[in-house]
Amino acid sequence: MGRYVLRRLLQLIPVFVGTTFLIYFLVWAVPGDPFTGMCGERPCPPQFVAAMTDKYNLDDNVVVQYLKYMGTLLTGDFGQTYAEQPIGDMIANAAPVSVRLAVIAVIIEAVIGVTAGILTGLRGRGFLDNLVLVSTLFLIAIPTFVTGFVIQIVLGFQLEILTPTVSTEAKWSELIIPGFVLGSLSMAYVSRLTRASISENRRADFMRTALAKGQPKSRIVGVHLLRNSAIPVITFLGTDIGNLMGGAIVTEGIFGIHGIGKLIFDGINDKQGAIVTGVVVLLVLVFLLVNLIIDLMYAVLDPRIRYD
Amino acid sequence: MRRPRWLAAGVIPLTAALAITSCSSGDEGGGEEPGAGAGDPAKNESVEITVFGSEPSRPLVPGDTSETGGGKIVDALFTGLMDYDPVSGEAREAHAESFELTSPTEYTVKLKKGWTFHDGTEVKAHNYIDAWNYTAYSPNGQQHASFMTQIKGFADVHTPDPDGPDAPQQPATPKAKEMSGLVEVNDYEFKIQFTEPHAIFKVKTGYAAFMPMPDSFFADPETWKKTPVGNGAFKYVARVPDQELQIERFDEYEGADKPKIKKVKFVFTDADAAYAAVKGNQLDFMDTAPPQAIAGNVWETDLPGRAKAYPVMAVQTMSFPVYDPKYQNVDFRHAVSMAIDREAVTKTIFEGNREPLSGYGMDLVPGYEDGACGKWCEFNPDEAKKLFAKSGWTGPIQITSNADNGHKEWIEAVCGSIQETLGVECTFEPVPQFSQVRQAIEAREMDQLYRSGWLADYPLIENFLNPIYRTGGSSNDNGYSNPEVDAKLAAADKAETEEEAYQLYHEAEELIAEDMPAVPLWNTPSISCWSERLTNVRLTPKRELDLSYVEVK
Repeated sequence: MGRYVLRRLLQLIPVFVGTTFLIYFLVWAVPGDPFTGMCGERPCPPQFVAAMTDKYNLDDNVVVQYLKYMGTLLTGDFGQTYAEQPIGDMIANAAPVSVRLAVIAVIIEAVIGVTAGILTGLRGRGFLDNLVLVSTLFLIAIPTFVTGFVIQIVLGFQLEILTPTVSTEAKWSELIIPGFVLGSLSMAYVSRLTRASISENRRADFMRTALAKGQPKSRIVGVHLLRNSAIPVITFLGTDIGNLMGGAIVTEGIFGIHGIGKLIFDGINDKQGAIVTGVVVLLVLVFLLVNLIIDLMYAVLDPRIRYD
Repeated sequence: MRRPRWLAAGVIPLTAALAITSCSSGDEGGGEEPGAGAGDPAKNESVEITVFGSEPSRPLVPGDTSETGGGKIVDALFTGLMDYDPVSGEAREAHAESFELTSPTEYTVKLKKGWTFHDGTEVKAHNYIDAWNYTAYSPNGQQHASFMTQIKGFADVHTPDPDGPDAPQQPATPKAKEMSGLVEVNDYEFKIQFTEPHAIFKVKTGYAAFMPMPDSFFADPETWKKTPVGNGAFKYVARVPDQELQIERFDEYEGADKPKIKKVKFVFTDADAAYAAVKGNQLDFMDTAPPQAIAGNVWETDLPGRAKAYPVMAVQTMSFPVYDPKYQNVDFRHAVSMAIDREAVTKTIFEGNREPLSGYGMDLVPGYEDGACGKWCEFNPDEAKKLFAKSGWTGPIQITSNADNGHKEWIEAVCGSIQETLGVECTFEPVPQFSQVRQAIEAREMDQLYRSGWLADYPLIENFLNPIYRTGGSSNDNGYSNPEVDAKLAAADKAETEEEAYQLYHEAEELIAEDMPAVPLWNTPSISCWSERLTNVRLTPKRELDLSYVEVK
């Protein structure tokens, strides 16, 4: 087990270097010039461009730029924006907000999605099953920005039961509705996944054995069925944490949340490669670690899986 | 993050229906000014108002801030020799006690005593001189360096990049660090000498390029950039990058425009979310409502009594890329201008919120005389047809712009007007992003007519002409060049009195209209909206909230 974890941690290094370089290269390769629009609706004066190019190493080729960037990154410095603001601080401000948002979304997904999936999976065909199938299909079919705007307009402006946008502090209570919007799509997937997994395992051999041994129903469902059906759901939820953090651009935009998504969007818009790469570095780390934890959880859930 | 077009398009018929039904209630104009009334002094002291903004693209050094996001913060943090009346835009003395021409090529400035920076040091003549020298010195790479061009000795401190910014050769180090034309007489008096007469210089000095800087900035610019120290009505408090910036009233401020509110927070957020926040009273002020609110005048129904269209120093034009041989026929350019029914387009698309232009500036600028464009900007189908036939233009006319920000509707209307008058196919060629248009323009690869516009930096007609229509001007994007215009503009810059200058600028405008490198269309007012708790809301001609006037109810 220890050796497996160590091996996985070592694997993180090339994955980390590869993804960050790829992102750096992609941002660098996006056509356009960071000085377009920096000086209002006129081209920047050449002396200004010369001074900035020099300061931000924009004249070097992409590999040299990347190496210089990684060099400072390894000392814990995320670099500066063109406005000479520390990117590390920006990420430190935005990340907790996005984490809160993602946690709320995952909780909503897991609680509602898994419950709905278990209920329908156990009962089989019937009114409840159809209701969940239709409503999840509906959620999957409408894009997040529609859900977001509808909820904002109905709850925020017409019924006035919540504030339409989130303040800069982004308290937990303010993030519940955006978290619901963000998690709604995955919630639908989770419930369908759980339902399919449970109804498949219900017919499995070990279920028949448990039933034949005369075990109580609660134990059959709670221990044997759920534990074995959890693997695909956990896999999905795990990868979703990273998605929800970095992929909340639309939701964050609608509700004016100052999170990681907005930071990436602004970074791409202004062609500030250092911001985009900095945030992606963080997201890559989150993805890699969450995936490692999930892989380890497989062994806990299913004793047939061993890491030796 | 931007809302897709179809959403806005869907909103238009809806609001059109709303507008039609609400028409019966009669014209509500002529009533009380929206947002007027006294505020509550206790609340002014205790409440922090929030203002929509965008992340400044550079540190808040005035000489290096030319975009609007940083500009509005710099304007709150600094006050220069002159400032501009928030209603009329007239320049008036601020820190300058007197500002007189002592010879045709020399201004003498006397400063008011007792003005201090936020760190307590007094603002003296050398703070202006040092700041202007710093801005002009080319190795400092300041965006506003070119504003010092007319000052004697500028050529010694500012060397051009010999082979353009992309080439390896670095510009030579200038031979001097200080301009000889800035002469300190004593702590409260200095002289500004020019290579040639430059009477209108005085009006320019209210602009960010001419702010004084404290000694602490020159001692250690890096520390200063972390906590900027200015001399304006507000002082810097704190900043969260890409999120917000807080300022607070500077109680020792000596200027006439003392603010009543204590604290202001600029919030950097998505425009659509900001509009929703203003609607929900979570954000106090937004200077320009986003397109989704402007389409079909949604703002009027959304925010009754707390939104208003304010005139600002901005114009909408349409430029011909005159470097492209296709567009070099002047008859064609005049034909296009005369084929556009500006009255009809402003009435139908903007519901009368915009005024057609008949010149290259606009009447919010002091000393401006309307009508330089004359018959060339009047809708005249017969004449347009004649000129068009004479020009021998073949093929369709294309107009390009980014389609968002509400530009699609009016460009299609303009195209419709051209098509109907000239009987030639006219199409709108949208591109997804504004920066794509800018890139084609800056690379001089544009081969279609394109949307252009200008928000003046300071209230002078000079600012509408020199940067755009003079050969090699900083925003001369379409390659227009006419030696006669250049000579007239140069003569106007060198005029010994402001009146003479304004007259010469008007003549220059007439010459430009004869060439029609860009078609003047209409002014572009700004629709501002605010929360229910604000009162005495006013937008300055520079499209900024008048922070000295606003109060909390």
